[in-house]
Amino acid sequence: MNKLECDIVVVGGGPGGSMAAKFAALGGLKVIMIEKKAEIGSPLRCAEGVSKKWLEEVGVKPDPKWICADMAGATIRSPSGYTFQLDESKAGSEVGYVLERHLFDKALAEQAAAAGAKIMMRTGCTGVIMKDGKLAGIKARSMGDEIEIYAKCIVAADGFESQVARWAGLDTTLQAKDIDTCIQYRMTNIDIDPKYCEFVIGSAAPGGYVWIFPKGDRIANVGIGVQAAKCKIGADPKYHLDRYIQSDPRLKDGQILEIVGGGVSTCPGLDESVADNLVLVGDAARIIDPITGGGIAHACRTGMYAGKVLTECAKKNDFSKAALQPYEKMWRDRFEDKLYRNWMAKERFASLSDEILDDLVKMMGDADIGEVNVHNLLKAVKEKYPQVVEGFEELI
Amino acid sequence: MKVSYDKCLHCGCCVGACPKNAIYLNDYVLEFNEDCNRCGRCVKLCPVGALVMEAVK
Repeated sequence: MNKLECDIVVVGGGPGGSMAAKFAALGGLKVIMIEKKAEIGSPLRCAEGVSKKWLEEVGVKPDPKWICADMAGATIRSPSGYTFQLDESKAGSEVGYVLERHLFDKALAEQAAAAGAKIMMRTGCTGVIMKDGKLAGIKARSMGDEIEIYAKCIVAADGFESQVARWAGLDTTLQAKDIDTCIQYRMTNIDIDPKYCEFVIGSAAPGGYVWIFPKGDRIANVGIGVQAAKCKIGADPKYHLDRYIQSDPRLKDGQILEIVGGGVSTCPGLDESVADNLVLVGDAARIIDPITGGGIAHACRTGMYAGKVLTECAKKNDFSKAALQPYEKMWRDRFEDKLYRNWMAKERFASLSDEILDDLVKMMGDADIGEVNVHNLLKAVKEKYPQVVEGFEELI
Repeated sequence: MKVSYDKCLHCGCCVGACPKNAIYLNDYVLEFNEDCNRCGRCVKLCPVGALVMEAVK
Protein backbone atom coordinates (compact mmCIF):
# COMPACT_ATOMS: atom_id res chain seq x y z
CA MET A 1 0.00 0.00 0.00
CA ASN A 2 1.17 3.44 -0.93
CA LYS A 3 1.69 5.67 2.11
CA LEU A 4 2.04 9.43 1.89
CA GLU A 5 2.84 11.99 4.53
CA CYS A 6 2.11 15.70 4.76
CA ASP A 7 1.19 18.41 7.23
CA ILE A 8 -2.36 18.97 6.03
CA VAL A 9 -4.58 16.75 3.92
CA VAL A 10 -7.57 18.51 2.40
CA VAL A 11 -10.45 16.27 1.36
CA GLY A 12 -12.33 17.86 -1.52
CA GLY A 13 -11.26 20.22 -4.29
CA GLY A 14 -14.22 22.61 -4.22
CA PRO A 15 -13.93 26.29 -3.25
CA GLY A 16 -13.60 25.54 0.49
CA GLY A 17 -10.90 22.93 -0.04
CA SER A 18 -8.90 25.03 -2.49
CA MET A 19 -8.97 28.09 -0.23
CA ALA A 20 -7.86 26.05 2.79
CA ALA A 21 -5.12 24.40 0.73
CA LYS A 22 -3.99 27.75 -0.65
CA PHE A 23 -3.71 29.54 2.68
CA ALA A 24 -2.12 26.59 4.48
CA ALA A 25 0.43 26.26 1.67
CA LEU A 26 1.10 30.00 1.75
CA GLY A 27 1.86 29.50 5.45
CA GLY A 28 4.64 27.13 4.48
CA LEU A 29 2.82 23.87 5.21
CA LYS A 30 3.08 20.73 3.13
CA VAL A 31 -0.44 20.31 1.76
CA ILE A 32 -2.09 17.55 -0.23
CA MET A 33 -5.60 18.20 -1.58
CA ILE A 34 -7.50 15.22 -2.89
CA GLU A 35 -10.48 15.30 -5.25
CA LYS A 36 -12.68 12.29 -5.86
CA LYS A 37 -13.95 13.33 -9.26
CA ALA A 38 -12.06 13.33 -12.55
CA GLU A 39 -12.48 17.07 -13.01
CA ILE A 40 -12.47 19.93 -10.54
CA GLY A 41 -15.76 21.84 -10.65
CA SER A 42 -17.61 19.22 -12.67
CA PRO A 43 -20.17 17.69 -12.77
CA LEU A 44 -21.98 20.75 -11.54
CA ARG A 45 -24.00 20.67 -8.32
CA CYS A 46 -24.87 24.32 -8.14
CA ALA A 47 -27.13 27.12 -9.39
CA GLU A 48 -23.99 29.28 -9.86
CA GLY A 49 -25.45 32.57 -8.58
CA VAL A 50 -23.26 34.56 -6.18
CA SER A 51 -23.17 38.04 -4.74
CA LYS A 52 -20.13 40.22 -5.45
CA LYS A 53 -18.88 41.75 -2.24
CA TRP A 54 -17.27 38.75 -0.57
CA LEU A 55 -14.83 38.05 -3.41
CA GLU A 56 -12.64 40.90 -2.24
CA GLU A 57 -12.84 39.66 1.35
CA VAL A 58 -11.26 36.34 0.36
CA GLY A 59 -8.75 37.90 -2.02
CA VAL A 60 -10.26 36.63 -5.26
CA LYS A 61 -10.22 39.06 -8.18
CA PRO A 62 -13.27 38.83 -10.46
CA ASP A 63 -12.13 37.28 -13.74
CA PRO A 64 -14.19 37.30 -16.96
CA LYS A 65 -12.89 33.78 -17.52
CA TRP A 66 -15.26 32.39 -14.87
CA ILE A 67 -17.98 35.04 -14.84
CA CYS A 68 -20.70 33.87 -17.15
CA ALA A 69 -23.11 36.77 -16.66
CA ASP A 70 -23.18 40.00 -14.69
CA MET A 71 -26.60 40.53 -13.13
CA ALA A 72 -28.42 43.87 -13.00
CA GLY A 73 -30.69 42.61 -10.25
CA ALA A 74 -32.97 39.93 -8.91
CA THR A 75 -36.69 39.30 -9.18
CA ILE A 76 -38.86 37.64 -6.55
CA ARG A 77 -42.01 36.11 -8.03
CA SER A 78 -44.98 35.27 -5.81
CA PRO A 79 -47.26 32.24 -6.33
CA SER A 80 -49.82 34.29 -8.28
CA GLY A 81 -47.16 36.04 -10.32
CA TYR A 82 -46.68 39.32 -8.45
CA THR A 83 -43.08 40.35 -8.85
CA PHE A 84 -40.71 42.45 -6.88
CA GLN A 85 -37.60 43.59 -8.66
CA LEU A 86 -34.38 44.45 -6.90
CA ASP A 87 -31.93 46.32 -9.02
CA GLU A 88 -28.33 46.92 -8.19
CA SER A 89 -28.95 50.33 -6.64
CA LYS A 90 -31.49 48.82 -4.25
CA ALA A 91 -30.07 45.38 -3.76
CA GLY A 92 -26.50 46.29 -2.90
CA SER A 93 -24.48 43.23 -2.05
CA GLU A 94 -27.29 40.76 -2.71
CA VAL A 95 -26.90 41.09 -6.47
CA GLY A 96 -24.04 39.57 -8.33
CA TYR A 97 -22.71 37.19 -10.92
CA VAL A 98 -23.72 33.92 -12.44
CA LEU A 99 -20.53 31.87 -12.55
CA GLU A 100 -19.05 29.12 -14.65
CA ARG A 101 -18.35 26.86 -11.72
CA HIS A 102 -16.20 24.43 -13.70
CA LEU A 103 -13.84 27.34 -14.43
CA PHE A 104 -14.22 29.17 -11.09
CA ASP A 105 -13.35 26.06 -9.07
CA LYS A 106 -10.34 25.37 -11.27
CA ALA A 107 -9.14 28.96 -10.88
CA LEU A 108 -9.17 28.54 -7.09
CA ALA A 109 -7.41 25.17 -7.35
CA GLU A 110 -4.80 26.85 -9.57
CA GLN A 111 -4.19 29.36 -6.78
CA ALA A 112 -3.77 26.51 -4.28
CA ALA A 113 -1.30 24.82 -6.61
CA ALA A 114 0.60 28.07 -7.18
CA ALA A 115 0.92 28.39 -3.40
CA GLY A 116 2.54 24.97 -3.31
CA ALA A 117 -0.30 22.54 -2.58
CA LYS A 118 -0.17 19.14 -4.23
CA ILE A 119 -3.41 18.07 -5.92
CA MET A 120 -4.39 14.43 -6.38
CA MET A 121 -7.29 13.87 -8.77
CA ARG A 122 -9.61 10.89 -8.83
CA THR A 123 -8.68 10.25 -5.23
CA GLY A 124 -11.64 9.72 -2.95
CA CYS A 125 -11.47 9.47 0.82
CA THR A 126 -12.91 6.18 2.07
CA GLY A 127 -12.23 6.47 5.80
CA VAL A 128 -9.99 7.89 8.49
CA ILE A 129 -6.92 6.44 10.21
CA MET A 130 -6.87 6.46 14.01
CA LYS A 131 -3.58 5.94 15.84
CA ASP A 132 -3.44 5.73 19.66
CA GLY A 133 -6.99 7.07 19.77
CA LYS A 134 -6.07 10.09 17.66
CA LEU A 135 -6.89 11.06 14.13
CA ALA A 136 -3.72 10.43 12.13
CA GLY A 137 -4.79 10.59 8.50
CA ILE A 138 -7.13 9.28 5.85
CA LYS A 139 -7.62 6.23 3.70
CA ALA A 140 -8.32 6.86 0.05
CA ARG A 141 -8.81 5.20 -3.28
CA SER A 142 -6.56 6.86 -5.84
CA MET A 143 -7.03 5.83 -9.48
CA GLY A 144 -8.02 2.42 -8.21
CA ASP A 145 -5.20 2.01 -5.69
CA GLU A 146 -5.80 1.91 -1.95
CA ILE A 147 -3.59 4.52 -0.31
CA GLU A 148 -3.06 6.09 3.10
CA ILE A 149 -2.27 9.75 3.67
CA TYR A 150 -0.89 10.61 7.10
CA ALA A 151 -1.23 14.23 8.19
CA LYS A 152 -1.06 16.39 11.28
CA CYS A 153 -4.48 17.79 10.52
CA ILE A 154 -7.33 16.94 8.15
CA VAL A 155 -9.47 19.57 6.46
CA ALA A 156 -12.89 18.08 5.67
CA ALA A 157 -14.07 19.95 2.59
CA ASP A 158 -16.18 17.10 1.26
CA GLY A 159 -19.29 19.19 0.76
CA PHE A 160 -22.88 18.20 1.46
CA GLU A 161 -21.92 14.52 1.82
CA SER A 162 -19.91 15.49 4.92
CA GLN A 163 -18.66 11.96 5.49
CA VAL A 164 -15.11 12.62 6.70
CA ALA A 165 -16.37 14.35 9.85
CA ARG A 166 -18.76 11.51 10.58
CA TRP A 167 -16.07 8.86 10.06
CA ALA A 168 -13.97 10.85 12.55
CA GLY A 169 -16.77 10.87 15.10
CA LEU A 170 -18.31 14.34 14.64
CA ASP A 171 -22.05 14.30 14.13
CA THR A 172 -23.06 16.22 11.02
CA THR A 173 -26.45 14.54 10.67
CA LEU A 174 -29.24 16.83 9.51
CA GLN A 175 -32.92 16.91 10.30
CA ALA A 176 -35.19 16.45 7.27
CA LYS A 177 -36.48 20.03 7.65
CA ASP A 178 -32.90 21.31 7.32
CA ILE A 179 -32.22 19.62 3.97
CA ASP A 180 -33.31 20.88 0.59
CA THR A 181 -33.07 18.42 -2.23
CA CYS A 182 -32.50 19.96 -5.64
CA ILE A 183 -32.59 19.34 -9.34
CA GLN A 184 -31.58 21.77 -12.04
CA TYR A 185 -31.85 21.94 -15.81
CA ARG A 186 -29.67 24.02 -18.08
CA MET A 187 -32.46 25.25 -20.33
CA THR A 188 -32.23 26.93 -23.68
CA ASN A 189 -34.86 28.47 -25.96
CA ILE A 190 -36.54 30.21 -23.04
CA ASP A 191 -37.97 33.70 -22.88
CA ILE A 192 -36.29 35.28 -19.87
CA ASP A 193 -34.64 38.55 -18.91
CA PRO A 194 -30.91 37.73 -19.17
CA LYS A 195 -29.98 40.42 -16.62
CA TYR A 196 -32.11 39.27 -13.68
CA CYS A 197 -31.84 36.25 -11.41
CA GLU A 198 -35.32 35.09 -10.51
CA PHE A 199 -36.64 33.38 -7.39
CA VAL A 200 -40.13 31.86 -7.48
CA ILE A 201 -41.54 31.26 -4.02
CA GLY A 202 -44.58 29.39 -2.75
CA SER A 203 -46.15 25.96 -3.11
CA ALA A 204 -44.56 25.40 -6.54
CA ALA A 205 -41.49 24.42 -4.50
CA PRO A 206 -42.65 23.11 -1.09
CA GLY A 207 -40.35 24.57 1.57
CA GLY A 208 -37.90 25.89 -1.03
CA TYR A 209 -37.98 27.89 -4.24
CA VAL A 210 -37.60 27.69 -8.01
CA TRP A 211 -34.67 29.61 -9.44
CA ILE A 212 -33.98 30.92 -12.92
CA PHE A 213 -30.38 32.13 -13.15
CA PRO A 214 -29.53 33.40 -16.64
CA LYS A 215 -26.40 32.14 -18.37
CA GLY A 216 -26.86 34.38 -21.41
CA ASP A 217 -29.63 35.12 -23.91
CA ARG A 218 -32.46 32.57 -23.78
CA ILE A 219 -30.42 30.23 -21.59
CA ALA A 220 -30.47 29.74 -17.83
CA ASN A 221 -30.04 27.39 -14.92
CA VAL A 222 -33.62 26.52 -14.01
CA GLY A 223 -33.80 24.59 -10.80
CA ILE A 224 -35.77 23.76 -7.72
CA GLY A 225 -35.05 23.03 -4.09
CA VAL A 226 -37.68 21.16 -2.07
CA GLN A 227 -37.51 20.70 1.69
CA ALA A 228 -36.70 17.02 2.30
CA ALA A 229 -39.40 16.85 4.97
CA LYS A 230 -41.92 17.76 2.26
CA CYS A 231 -40.68 15.30 -0.37
CA LYS A 232 -42.98 12.42 -1.12
CA ILE A 233 -42.56 9.29 -3.17
CA GLY A 234 -43.97 10.20 -6.57
CA ALA A 235 -43.70 13.93 -5.82
CA ASP A 236 -39.94 14.41 -5.93
CA PRO A 237 -38.17 17.64 -6.92
CA LYS A 238 -38.14 16.60 -10.59
CA TYR A 239 -41.92 16.24 -10.51
CA HIS A 240 -42.31 19.72 -8.99
CA LEU A 241 -39.83 21.33 -11.41
CA ASP A 242 -41.43 19.77 -14.49
CA ARG A 243 -44.82 20.95 -13.27
CA TYR A 244 -43.56 24.48 -12.72
CA ILE A 245 -41.93 24.63 -16.16
CA GLN A 246 -45.19 23.58 -17.81
CA SER A 247 -47.04 26.31 -15.91
CA ASP A 248 -44.64 29.11 -16.88
CA PRO A 249 -45.18 30.29 -20.48
CA ARG A 250 -41.62 31.64 -20.62
CA LEU A 251 -40.16 28.18 -20.04
CA LYS A 252 -42.71 25.88 -21.62
CA ASP A 253 -40.95 25.62 -24.98
CA GLY A 254 -37.51 25.38 -23.44
CA GLN A 255 -35.16 22.50 -24.15
CA ILE A 256 -32.87 20.90 -21.60
CA LEU A 257 -29.12 20.72 -22.23
CA GLU A 258 -27.98 19.36 -18.88
CA ILE A 259 -29.54 17.82 -15.76
CA VAL A 260 -27.83 18.00 -12.38
CA GLY A 261 -28.91 17.27 -8.83
CA GLY A 262 -27.70 17.95 -5.35
CA GLY A 263 -28.45 18.40 -1.71
CA VAL A 264 -28.09 21.50 0.40
CA SER A 265 -28.30 22.00 4.14
CA THR A 266 -30.42 24.84 5.49
CA CYS A 267 -29.40 24.85 9.15
CA PRO A 268 -27.28 27.53 10.86
CA GLY A 269 -23.99 25.56 10.82
CA LEU A 270 -22.75 22.87 13.18
CA ASP A 271 -22.30 23.50 16.91
CA GLU A 272 -18.75 22.22 16.57
CA SER A 273 -16.70 22.57 13.41
CA VAL A 274 -13.36 21.40 14.80
CA ALA A 275 -12.07 18.35 16.67
CA ASP A 276 -8.57 17.15 17.48
CA ASN A 277 -6.66 17.18 14.17
CA LEU A 278 -9.79 18.00 12.16
CA VAL A 279 -11.31 21.16 10.67
CA LEU A 280 -14.60 21.28 8.77
CA VAL A 281 -15.13 23.97 6.14
CA GLY A 282 -18.02 25.10 3.94
CA ASP A 283 -20.88 22.73 3.17
CA ALA A 284 -19.16 19.92 5.14
CA ALA A 285 -19.63 22.07 8.27
CA ARG A 286 -23.21 22.80 7.16
CA ILE A 287 -22.21 26.46 6.81
CA ILE A 288 -24.68 27.66 4.17
CA ASP A 289 -27.10 30.52 4.02
CA PRO A 290 -30.34 28.81 5.11
CA ILE A 291 -32.57 31.13 3.06
CA THR A 292 -30.78 31.16 -0.28
CA GLY A 293 -28.92 27.86 0.04
CA GLY A 294 -25.82 29.75 -1.13
CA GLY A 295 -22.59 28.17 0.04
CA ILE A 296 -19.73 29.38 -2.14
CA ALA A 297 -18.96 32.59 -0.25
CA HIS A 298 -19.03 30.86 3.13
CA ALA A 299 -16.92 27.98 1.82
CA CYS A 300 -14.30 30.44 0.58
CA ARG A 301 -14.34 32.40 3.85
CA THR A 302 -14.14 29.33 6.09
CA GLY A 303 -11.49 27.76 3.85
CA MET A 304 -9.38 30.88 4.12
CA TYR A 305 -9.85 31.06 7.90
CA ALA A 306 -8.92 27.37 8.23
CA GLY A 307 -5.73 27.82 6.19
CA LYS A 308 -4.67 30.79 8.28
CA VAL A 309 -5.42 29.12 11.62
CA LEU A 310 -3.60 25.94 10.56
CA THR A 311 -0.56 28.07 9.74
CA GLU A 312 -0.60 29.40 13.30
CA CYS A 313 -1.16 25.92 14.78
CA ALA A 314 1.87 24.64 12.87
CA LYS A 315 4.13 27.10 14.67
CA LYS A 316 3.47 25.27 17.94
CA ASN A 317 2.89 21.93 16.24
CA ASP A 318 -0.44 21.76 18.05
CA PHE A 319 -3.54 20.86 16.02
CA SER A 320 -5.70 19.92 19.00
CA LYS A 321 -9.31 21.00 19.28
CA ALA A 322 -8.25 23.70 21.75
CA ALA A 323 -5.58 25.01 19.38
CA LEU A 324 -8.10 25.14 16.51
CA GLN A 325 -10.60 27.27 18.44
CA PRO A 326 -9.55 30.51 16.70
CA TYR A 327 -11.11 29.02 13.56
CA GLU A 328 -14.47 28.57 15.32
CA LYS A 329 -14.28 32.11 16.60
CA MET A 330 -13.38 33.62 13.21
CA TRP A 331 -16.33 32.30 11.26
CA ARG A 332 -18.83 32.63 14.10
CA ASP A 333 -17.85 36.26 14.74
CA ARG A 334 -18.06 36.99 11.03
CA PHE A 335 -21.52 35.63 10.16
CA GLU A 336 -23.02 33.12 12.60
CA ASP A 337 -25.75 35.53 13.77
CA LYS A 338 -26.86 36.00 10.16
CA LEU A 339 -27.05 32.24 9.65
CA TYR A 340 -29.29 31.97 12.73
CA ARG A 341 -31.52 34.83 11.64
CA ASN A 342 -31.93 33.41 8.15
CA TRP A 343 -32.55 29.94 9.55
CA MET A 344 -35.40 31.25 11.72
CA ALA A 345 -36.76 33.23 8.79
CA LYS A 346 -36.56 30.18 6.53
CA GLU A 347 -38.57 28.11 9.01
CA ARG A 348 -41.32 30.74 9.01
CA PHE A 349 -41.37 31.37 5.28
CA ALA A 350 -41.59 27.64 4.62
CA SER A 351 -44.83 27.58 6.60
CA LEU A 352 -46.57 30.55 4.93
CA SER A 353 -49.54 30.09 2.60
CA ASP A 354 -49.46 31.21 -1.03
CA GLU A 355 -51.94 33.98 -0.15
CA ILE A 356 -49.64 35.48 2.48
CA LEU A 357 -46.62 35.16 0.18
CA ASP A 358 -48.55 37.02 -2.56
CA ASP A 359 -49.37 39.69 -0.05
CA LEU A 360 -45.78 39.95 1.14
CA VAL A 361 -44.39 40.38 -2.37
CA LYS A 362 -47.03 43.02 -3.13
CA MET A 363 -46.16 44.79 0.11
CA MET A 364 -42.43 44.77 -0.68
CA GLY A 365 -43.20 46.58 -3.91
CA ASP A 366 -45.13 49.29 -2.08
CA ALA A 367 -42.89 49.78 0.94
CA ASP A 368 -39.91 52.05 0.86
CA ILE A 369 -37.25 49.84 2.38
CA GLY A 370 -34.09 51.55 1.19
CA GLU A 371 -31.35 49.13 0.27
CA VAL A 372 -32.94 45.74 -0.17
CA ASN A 373 -31.24 42.97 1.74
CA VAL A 374 -32.51 40.20 3.99
CA HIS A 375 -32.25 42.50 7.01
CA ASN A 376 -34.38 45.29 5.53
CA LEU A 377 -36.87 42.87 4.01
CA LEU A 378 -37.42 41.21 7.38
CA LYS A 379 -37.82 44.63 8.97
CA ALA A 380 -40.58 45.45 6.48
CA VAL A 381 -42.23 42.08 7.08
CA LYS A 382 -42.07 42.68 10.83
CA GLU A 383 -44.16 45.83 10.49
CA LYS A 384 -47.00 44.20 8.59
CA TYR A 385 -46.76 40.57 9.70
CA PRO A 386 -45.20 40.56 13.16
CA GLN A 387 -46.20 36.90 13.63
CA VAL A 388 -43.84 35.89 10.81
CA VAL A 389 -40.78 37.09 12.70
CA GLU A 390 -42.05 36.26 16.19
CA GLY A 391 -39.30 34.76 18.34
CA PHE A 392 -36.33 36.17 16.48
CA GLU A 393 -37.12 39.89 16.36
CA GLU A 394 -33.94 40.66 18.25
CA LEU A 395 -31.86 39.20 15.43
CA ILE A 396 -33.33 41.59 12.85
CA MET B 1 -31.93 -0.69 -1.55
CA LYS B 2 -32.57 -0.83 -5.25
CA VAL B 3 -31.02 1.96 -7.31
CA SER B 4 -32.36 2.81 -10.73
CA TYR B 5 -29.15 3.87 -12.45
CA ASP B 6 -31.19 4.94 -15.47
CA LYS B 7 -32.36 7.83 -13.29
CA CYS B 8 -29.56 8.39 -10.72
CA LEU B 9 -27.70 11.69 -11.23
CA HIS B 10 -24.82 10.75 -8.88
CA CYS B 11 -25.56 13.97 -7.02
CA GLY B 12 -24.79 12.71 -3.51
CA CYS B 13 -28.03 14.00 -2.05
CA CYS B 14 -28.80 10.64 -0.43
CA VAL B 15 -25.24 10.38 0.91
CA GLY B 16 -25.29 13.68 2.78
CA ALA B 17 -28.83 13.21 4.01
CA CYS B 18 -28.40 9.64 5.32
CA PRO B 19 -28.73 9.79 9.12
CA LYS B 20 -26.57 6.67 9.47
CA ASN B 21 -23.81 7.70 7.03
CA ALA B 22 -24.47 4.34 5.41
CA ILE B 23 -24.16 5.34 1.75
CA TYR B 24 -20.99 5.91 -0.27
CA LEU B 25 -20.94 7.30 -3.78
CA ASN B 26 -18.22 5.32 -5.51
CA ASP B 27 -18.03 7.10 -8.84
CA TYR B 28 -21.33 6.18 -10.42
CA VAL B 29 -22.30 3.46 -7.97
CA LEU B 30 -24.07 3.88 -4.65
CA GLU B 31 -22.76 1.51 -1.98
CA PHE B 32 -24.97 0.85 1.06
CA ASN B 33 -23.29 -0.57 4.15
CA GLU B 34 -24.71 -2.63 7.03
CA ASP B 35 -25.52 0.50 9.05
CA CYS B 36 -28.53 1.15 6.80
CA ASN B 37 -31.63 0.77 8.98
CA ARG B 38 -34.10 1.17 6.12
CA CYS B 39 -35.45 4.46 7.42
CA GLY B 40 -36.40 5.42 3.87
CA ARG B 41 -35.21 9.02 3.98
CA CYS B 42 -33.09 8.57 0.83
CA VAL B 43 -36.03 7.05 -1.03
CA LYS B 44 -38.22 10.05 -0.24
CA LEU B 45 -35.71 12.81 -0.94
CA CYS B 46 -33.94 11.56 -4.06
CA PRO B 47 -34.49 14.44 -6.55
CA VAL B 48 -35.38 12.02 -9.34
CA GLY B 49 -36.94 9.13 -7.42
CA ALA B 50 -34.11 6.75 -8.27
CA LEU B 51 -34.21 4.75 -5.03
CA VAL B 52 -36.67 2.01 -4.15
CA MET B 53 -36.82 0.11 -0.88
CA GLU B 54 -36.60 -3.61 -1.53
CA ALA B 55 -38.71 -6.04 0.47
CA VAL B 56 -36.73 -7.91 3.16
CA LYS B 57 -35.98 -11.42 2.03
